This record gives sequence, C-alpha cells and structure tokens, in this order.
Amino acid sequence: MERGWGEVMKKYTYTDKKDTRSGFGAGLLEAGKRNDQVVALCADLIGSLKMQDFIAAFPERFFQTGIAEANMMGMAAGLTIGGKIPFTGTFANFSTGRVYDQIRQSIAYSNKNVKICASHAGLTLGEDGATHQILEDLGLMKMLPGMTVINPCDYNQTKAATIAIAEYEGPVYLRFGRPVVPIFTDPDQKFEIGKAWMVNEGADVSIFATGHLVWEAIQAGEKLAEEGIDAEIINIHTIKPLDAEAILASVRKTGCVVTAEEHNRLGGLGDSVAQVLATKLPTPQEYVAVDDSFGESGTPEQLMTKYGLDAAHIVAAAKRAIARKTK
Amino acid sequence: MTTDISELKNVASQVRRDIVRMVHGCQSGHPGGSLGCTDYLVALYFSAMKHDPKFSMDGIGEDLFFLSNGHISPVFYSVLAHAGYFDKAELATFRKIGSRLQGHPTTHEHLPGVRIASGSLGQGLSVAIGAAQAKKLNKDSSLVFTLHGDGELQEGQIWEAAMYAPHNKVDNLIAAIDVNGQQIDGSTKNVLSLGDLHAKWVAFGWDVLEAKGNDMESLLAVLAEAKSRTGQGKPIVILLHTDMGYGVDFMMGTHKWHGTAPNDAQLAQALGQLEETLGDY
Repeated sequence: MERGWGEVMKKYTYTDKKDTRSGFGAGLLEAGKRNDQVVALCADLIGSLKMQDFIAAFPERFFQTGIAEANMMGMAAGLTIGGKIPFTGTFANFSTGRVYDQIRQSIAYSNKNVKICASHAGLTLGEDGATHQILEDLGLMKMLPGMTVINPCDYNQTKAATIAIAEYEGPVYLRFGRPVVPIFTDPDQKFEIGKAWMVNEGADVSIFATGHLVWEAIQAGEKLAEEGIDAEIINIHTIKPLDAEAILASVRKTGCVVTAEEHNRLGGLGDSVAQVLATKLPTPQEYVAVDDSFGESGTPEQLMTKYGLDAAHIVAAAKRAIARKTK
Repeated sequence: MTTDISELKNVASQVRRDIVRMVHGCQSGHPGGSLGCTDYLVALYFSAMKHDPKFSMDGIGEDLFFLSNGHISPVFYSVLAHAGYFDKAELATFRKIGSRLQGHPTTHEHLPGVRIASGSLGQGLSVAIGAAQAKKLNKDSSLVFTLHGDGELQEGQIWEAAMYAPHNKVDNLIAAIDVNGQQIDGSTKNVLSLGDLHAKWVAFGWDVLEAKGNDMESLLAVLAEAKSRTGQGKPIVILLHTDMGYGVDFMMGTHKWHGTAPNDAQLAQALGQLEETLGDY
C-alpha cells in the first residue's frame, strides 16, 4: 500500500476564513479590556485596520491623527511617558518606510513601549498596486536594535499575538494583511513571542514559513507527502528575536531548508535564517520570496502566483533544496 | 523655584561658562543655540516648572520638558546638572566615549532628566503632544513644555503636530520657538524663509505669545502668562526672540558658531565675558 500523505503530514483543515487584520481588531479590543493603559492611534484608516470595536468600547483611549503618520509615531512615543501602551494603526507601507526616522529615534533608540501595527503588508494588498505593497518592511524593522518583529499567519494567531504584545514591555512591529485567508490555528492559543510553532514534523526538508505563506507551506507539505517527501514545517511568526534553536534542531534532522515569506528575498525571514545557518550549520537553502522587485496591481491570488509565493513554488523549492543535500 | 532675577542670572552665567567649556573640551558641539536658549531653560528649570530631580520616566504629577532641537544639548545638560539631576562633574564627559552625555540627548544611556532621544529634528512636538494627552488620561493637571529651533520649523512633521494639537484641544502644552533667525547654512531668511511665524501659528489655532528670549524679566512674565492661559482649549506657543551665541560677543548673531568649538584663545576670551558664579565643574 502506498504511503498516503495523511501518514506523514498532520492534517490541517479550516471551516472559516477571515483576514488577519480582523484578528488584530479583535485582539486590540481584548487587550484594551485587560489593561486600561492600552491606547490606540490611527492615521485615517480605522475601517481598514478594524479598530472600530476598540474605539466604540474605549473612545477616550483612541487618538485619530489624520493623515499624519510621522506625528502619530511621535505621539505614541510620548504617550508611553505617561505609562500608556500605544498601538498605532496604518498600512505597513506608512507604518515603516514613511516614518522610519521617527521610529528609529523616538521609539527604538528611545526604547519606548510602542506597538506598531501594520496592515495591508505585501503583495496581497492587491489592486492598489506597488505604491502600497511594501515588501521591505520586515527588513527595515528587524534592523532596528531592540525592535521585536512579528508576522502572524491567520486570524487566531494575529489576535493572540496582539494580546501578547500588550503584555510585553518594549517596541514591537506587528505585521498583518488584507485578504481573507483560512483559519487553521487554535482559537485559544497562547502566543509566545520568539517561540517557533511546529506545524508538522518531518525528516526530508525544513520549510520555515511566516505570515500568509504558512498556509501555502501546509498545502505544499501535502503535495510533497503525495510524492513521498516528508516535510517538516515550522511557523516562524517572530522574525526577531529569531528562534535559532528551533531552526537548528530542525535542520540537524533534515539537512536542507526552504524559507517562505511575502517579502523581498533581501532582508526578510530567509536572510535571518541564512545568517543563523551560515554561522552555525551551513546548509543548502532555497528562498520563496519576491525576487527583488516591486509588485503591481492584481488580485492577491494572481499576484502570489505571478511572483512565486504559492504552494507550487514551495514544492519546487523543496525539491531543489533536497537535490542539493550532500549524501 | 525662585523668581529672584539676580539668582537666575547667576545660574545663567554659570551655565554659559559650562557650555563653552564643554564644547571646547571635546572640540565639537553646538555653542550658538545653547547660549541663546540658556535664559529660557534656566527660567523653566529654576522658576516656572514643577519638577523633581529624583527623576522618574513617567513624570506623573510633574511638569515635563522636551528638547526637540537636541543639538543644543550642552545647555540642557548643564541646566539639568545644576538643577540636581546628576553631578555637574559629569559635564566634563560631554561627547566623550562611554559618556551618558551623548552628542544629542538620549534615554539610551539612562541620563536622569532625559525622556526622549532628540537630534533628528521635528519630532519633539509630536512626542510632547503624546505626553500631554497621557497626562489628561491620567487626570494629571501638570504641564508639558517643549523647545524648538526656528530652522527646525522647516520640518514637515512640526506642522502635522501643529495641526493636531488645536484640533484636539491639547491645552496643557506650552511650546517655545527659539527665533534666532539662524541655521547651519546661513540666516533662515536666505536658506528657507519662515515667513510670518506669529500669523502661521495663529492660523493653525495656537495661542501665540512673544518674549525677549535673553531677558530674564521678560521670560518670567511670559511663562506666567502662558501658564495662566493653559486649560482654555488651546495649545500655547511662545516665540522667543533670542540672539544665537548670546553672552559671548564674538559668537553673537551669526550662524558661524552654530556648530563650531572655540580654540584655547577663544575659550579664554569667552570665559572673560562670563562670570563664574557657582563654580566651574
């Protein structure tokens, strides 16, 4: 009898799909209920960031800054000085590149307890096109000393991460997205910053995925299993601090790596993993990422296929990585 | 806290000596704006502000000050030291390796009295607004003060913040602008004209006051007036008309001493014009 994928690949299913930004909105409301020091700021994108419920529950703890992101970041830094825990909300593009110097000086260097919450990250923003599709944000944020960088994979994980960062002291970049995607993680999960999540144990190749690419990695794992390839899949939701132990432990078993992210291949998860491996355990690695280009208009699905960020591309990358293993 | 003019002038004279000695000691830094803003910072820390040199980052129940034009760190550090935040002997470490007195102020080295890093211009007004909003949420009736350079007003973020504060009635905030008409490359008129500053701030919805920025009586009067106008729905801004380099004749009124250190002879000449009132560090 042939080995079915179910025997090597843990089964993940979903009954519902939601956008990760709605997970942020739900998490923000919950964080606000748990701690009255939590406040929120938004630069004219309340609906897009799903902040309505927090605002309805805590109107006096919300600050509408208008289309003025630099001022929003500075205000957030100032609010911490009175003991507040500010969550800023705007698109990922305007949360990072537009306000890099404000984050660098007033938040990161000043070590302020600001949570920079960024929606519509990456290609899956879709039709608005490359002006809004930032693919460099993880790199920009992880280069800042002291900044924690988190990119959760579905609604439940984004909600849990939002609650967790409110309880963590220090600056955080939380990245999420616009499209509706499968919900496949535990609704009651405890989110541990910096702790990778073992999605599926395997022996032939390690697939390290973040954000929307985790579900694609699961799809890829099923296809690989059908071909008799036993993929280990790990969700690296925290890009920084990186769970190097989990990465090294996996690679010692499998001997080859695929990294998968909705980001430029320069400066993202892949480069963080490569740095660990190059210095600790040199290993063949293949990147599933945008090949140093801007995006364009299109549906999220069309863009993910065109720019090589889907399950099929992960399968191909896994085979290339396995072929490079030294016997 | 004092309103004794001669006492305040004595502090200012010593602070000015500290400034030129600190900048001379490391052969770098910004004496011009520091000398010009000395009287205002002395008036704030020794007269107008309710503050505690035991220093807590939250500053709850205290008035807060944010230096947005962080390059005038020498005056800030000297005033903090004389106000009791740290030992004035530490002023000798300014800009030297391993010092808490970095070239521009930072919280990174945990220097008491500093609540935000500044130096990259244009950010302090936003930070101050955030801190002022936090005070309101905390039902804390104390005030937030800031200082900005006039050249700094060329940064766009200033005007984002300037629009925000009146719209949201941030009326526990007293900003001040060091109007010395000079910036690194020359006069503000020549580099990028600021136009009618009074009218600009009025147009943005601020309550605008003006003062002679190197006249202690004028400063105490304007600060008393500014404090009396808080809580009335508008943020307040004071236009401080100062001379860059005030107190040292050859540094006055020119952008040339914005970021230049005096040599030994120039130091001696400057110190000859500034009475040692409280003892050099």
